[in-house]
Amino acid sequence: MAGQRQHSVLPGFGLTVGYTTFFLSLVVLLPLLAMIIKATGISYQAFVHLLIDPNVVSSYKISFGTSLLAALINCVFGFVIAWTLTRYDFPGRKVIDALIDMPFALPTAVSGLALTAVFAQNGWLGMQLAKVGIQVVYTWIGITVALTLIGMPFVVRTLQPALAEAQRDVEDAAETLGAGRFLIFWRIILPTVLPALLTGFAMAFARGIGEYGSVVFISGNLPGKTEITPVLIVQKLEQYKYVDAAALGCIMLCVSFVMLLSINLLQAWSRRRLFVGKH
Amino acid sequence: MAAGPSKQMLAELASRPGANALTDKLIRWCFISVSLLFLAALLIAPLGSVLTMALASGLGAYFASFADSDTQSAIKLTLTTAAIVVPLNTVFGIAAAWAIAKFEFRGKSILITAIDLPIAVSPVVSGLIYVMLFGAQGWFGMWLQDHNISIIFAVPGIVLATMFVTFPYVARELIPLMQQLGNDEEEAAITMGAGGLMTFFRVTLPKIRWGLIYGVILTNARAMGEFGAVSVVSGHIRGFTNTMPLHIEILYQEYSFVGAFAVASLLMLLAIFTLVIKTLVEWRGHRG
Repeated sequence: MAGQRQHSVLPGFGLTVGYTTFFLSLVVLLPLLAMIIKATGISYQAFVHLLIDPNVVSSYKISFGTSLLAALINCVFGFVIAWTLTRYDFPGRKVIDALIDMPFALPTAVSGLALTAVFAQNGWLGMQLAKVGIQVVYTWIGITVALTLIGMPFVVRTLQPALAEAQRDVEDAAETLGAGRFLIFWRIILPTVLPALLTGFAMAFARGIGEYGSVVFISGNLPGKTEITPVLIVQKLEQYKYVDAAALGCIMLCVSFVMLLSINLLQAWSRRRLFVGKH
Repeated sequence: MAAGPSKQMLAELASRPGANALTDKLIRWCFISVSLLFLAALLIAPLGSVLTMALASGLGAYFASFADSDTQSAIKLTLTTAAIVVPLNTVFGIAAAWAIAKFEFRGKSILITAIDLPIAVSPVVSGLIYVMLFGAQGWFGMWLQDHNISIIFAVPGIVLATMFVTFPYVARELIPLMQQLGNDEEEAAITMGAGGLMTFFRVTLPKIRWGLIYGVILTNARAMGEFGAVSVVSGHIRGFTNTMPLHIEILYQEYSFVGAFAVASLLMLLAIFTLVIKTLVEWRGHRG
């Protein structure tokens, strides 16, 4: 994996690069390869059959739909939260700022359990929502709620530095020239933070598609209704359909690759956008 | 790292003409309330209800739920797994960060992407790949069976899956930090005759220790809390291959809510502890 290096007086090049590559291959690359090779054992017909299986198709719809919706919700609320934390001072701001990372530090099973407790028919919020006829637990709404919580830190944390670094003087100039708040937001703030917003969106979306722990508690895993793709993979494994599980796993792996690539490109764009005119 | 507003910037914002205009006050009030309401509904209320449910039958029942032998063995297994995974991934993270931050070489960006892979992969896939390697129908399945070694549905599988999931965290924390700090001091130490290990322990380690501490704490939190990957490889054998997060699910499905929420409250404390360390590390970083 590693080629020649430029000359450096520092020691440990061979040791650290060698060890890193070795350990990485052993723990990450070899098992991934095992799954990919296992998946190639599936015949073309069986693969097509698996792809158009109604349960599989509906799991894609649910996984993609709820992840997309949750990431969009996070773009709106994430922007509001990031703006509040970077531009306003209020009592408790530092505590709120530290709390943003909570969904990241909290085990997903605990997030799932906690959300189920609150949004269940007899939970604090579930009770209120049931009165207006909204059922959250065991529906797609519940999955969206869980994915919104899980994705929130990604959007807020990518937006915060962008909003803090944004060229305030341009906003000021626009205001001096008579631009209204809406115009300033639409023509100056949004274009400046757009790459960061899209990066956060992509990260939240990618995380949502793969998420398992927080969803299984709140979704109830009803086949065809609230069954996400990762749950389907677990089921295939429990039925000893290893090849099917590997094939579905590979599809998810491809999605992860595409998302990782898009995120890297978006981040590069974001960095360029932020530092234009600064150097 | 969180980029908070500087006191200076906020003071400057407050001193602007028109800062007290009614519309500005209204917008400000709206933004703060929407933020607080969103976090209250999605974060504070759920966490509060974990505590309420755990203590629903009183403190006695709460503590009694930890006396259960299955719960105890779940806690033990979680601690054991973390005790194996965290040191291994810490050593890997330091080696990877040294290689990537200190040297320029071909394939470096591929290496960085490969290290990041476990974060992008679904937890279920993370468990699945080890089943494909060591499971009954996996690559080494027959060989392992012949030699009476069980990895899947046993503790080694749980350790491996946890290692995969928490693989990148120390490296990701250290790489940007070490790149930002540069190589000058290390190069000076080496030029003056210090050995590689001495340079690392006396020059590099003191500079990166806060970042390292946070990386280790985060790895630990993710290792103790991993659910999806571990769920796939564990086989859910009570008292043997149940970690704390898996035990929460089993207790919940058996309607022993106090037990489920009590174990959840322990993991919640771990998350709060992690965030406190993170805040301390950032505070140190700003001062140093």
